[in-house]
Amino acid sequence: MIEAQGLTKDYGDKRAVDGLTFTVRPGVVTGFLGPNGSGKSTTMRLILELDAPTAGDVTVNGKHYRDHAAPLHEVGALLEARSVHTGRSAYNHLLALAQTQGIPRSRVDELIDMVGLHEVAKKRAGGFSLGMGQRLGIATALLGDPSTVMLDEPVNGLDPEGILWIRQLLKRLASEGRTVFVSSHLMSEMALTADHLIVIGRGRVIADTSTEDFVAQASGSLVRVRSPQAARLAELLAGPDVTVTPVDGDGLLDVKGLKAAQIGDLAAGNGIAIHELTPQQASLEDAFMELTREDVEFKALEQEAVA
Amino acid sequence: MSAVAAQVRVTQARVALSEWTKLRSVRSTRWSFLAAILFAIGLGALVSAIAGHHYPRMAPHEQATFDALDVSLVGVQLSQLAIGVLGVLVITAEYSTGMIRASLTAVPKRLPVLWAKALVFAATTAALMIPAALIAFFVGQAILSSHHIETSFSHPGVARVVLGAGLYLTVVGVFALGLGAIVRNTAGGIALFAGIMFVIPPLLNVLPANWNNAASPYLPLAAGEAIMSTSSGNHLSPWVGLGLFFLYALAALAVAAVLLLRRDT
Repeated sequence: MIEAQGLTKDYGDKRAVDGLTFTVRPGVVTGFLGPNGSGKSTTMRLILELDAPTAGDVTVNGKHYRDHAAPLHEVGALLEARSVHTGRSAYNHLLALAQTQGIPRSRVDELIDMVGLHEVAKKRAGGFSLGMGQRLGIATALLGDPSTVMLDEPVNGLDPEGILWIRQLLKRLASEGRTVFVSSHLMSEMALTADHLIVIGRGRVIADTSTEDFVAQASGSLVRVRSPQAARLAELLAGPDVTVTPVDGDGLLDVKGLKAAQIGDLAAGNGIAIHELTPQQASLEDAFMELTREDVEFKALEQEAVA
Repeated sequence: MSAVAAQVRVTQARVALSEWTKLRSVRSTRWSFLAAILFAIGLGALVSAIAGHHYPRMAPHEQATFDALDVSLVGVQLSQLAIGVLGVLVITAEYSTGMIRASLTAVPKRLPVLWAKALVFAATTAALMIPAALIAFFVGQAILSSHHIETSFSHPGVARVVLGAGLYLTVVGVFALGLGAIVRNTAGGIALFAGIMFVIPPLLNVLPANWNNAASPYLPLAAGEAIMSTSSGNHLSPWVGLGLFFLYALAALAVAAVLLLRRDT
């Protein structure tokens, strides 16, 4: 369980995280979604108290991270930035971290086997590929058998097999009752793994919803209708929660707020011919872009201003 | 996934064990200590051989001031560079590689990491460099003995100087580690270490002589080296000097500790 209250972080005069309030619950995979630079990694560093918040507060399992007697048993984290001494072997890296809180050597061996690094465990981590580095990071995260697992962009650099492995791992960890908090800038990836989504943009929470609701909202809300009596149909469809937009002069309308069946029934009841009736499946990626567009635009403007 | 035992928790002793694993598992440790030991013993032996060979042709006043003890320990001057660089690196490599994030995630109270690093590095340096100084002394004297100009370990002050050389190197290591922890950057740490130790003392020469004479014995290098001095000159007494140098090292660590708690990682 992770609970953030008004979490805010400034770096100089730049606000990276702006009043985040959210709760990450155990037993489900929670996706932490946002464009690059939206504050995901900063939030994770604040949770681990690697950085101190400018304002607000965040606790893990009811306490500040720093106050836990066995931190690695509470939270296992994979940070986006590499956190491994390049000159040390994977085995010694894990061993050194395990020893800080008396995690047995057998656990290190177990994890090296589990993430599939057995062959290279005694090699210097500096020579690892991106994928091997991610696997080592995941072994590090699971070292203390943590009740909360927090992974920043875990599928980065993994091959399709590795991505599948991560998805299954995340689901299994959640099914074991753990809190699983995974960040990504890829909506499609999150739709496959996450049960719940926290979407942020420019350091603010812009959606905190189940993936199911998010998907339902994103798709099927738009219906494309073609009719020779488009003007009349538009009048009939009009209502408080309905928007009708003519697409071209050729009787094509985009209808928001009504299902395809409702439109068809209404047209049939009024004797209006329909030549086309298509629910538009807005992709999740589109929905996500739509949701975060303002933030991305703002960033582009900011960069222009700087340039 | 097997459960991790319930007695899992962070203790200072466990963090020290972890730091020992870290220290012994990177190449820079082995190479730096190897260099420090070879400098101490090898350079001491080489200079002893040259000095012994040259001794019969020295002018009488040179022979009178010839110091067999100094000659055999001359390599310590180079060893201190290797130890200083390694001391800086022990902490700054964690920042340059990002390992510090893993270290501070495992030990979020942070200070145990700094204390353990300093303690483990000091103990390792002492365990290697005190014997290295002893070997350098005995090898040097064995070489000088062929010219009958050697000194003996039981001679007054000799044991203090030889063992003191190992202790001096240990304090050098802790001081460098503290400076590295303050600047968190390898190049900056080494520059700061070398600047304080070796650049500031000659700069004081621009001061009026009486000011310079008053201040220079209290600088870190001069204070620390007092433990290896057998002559009476403008320096502190041996143990006071080494003690002051140790205080410099502790002060660097204290500043590093305050910054470690306050700074983002």
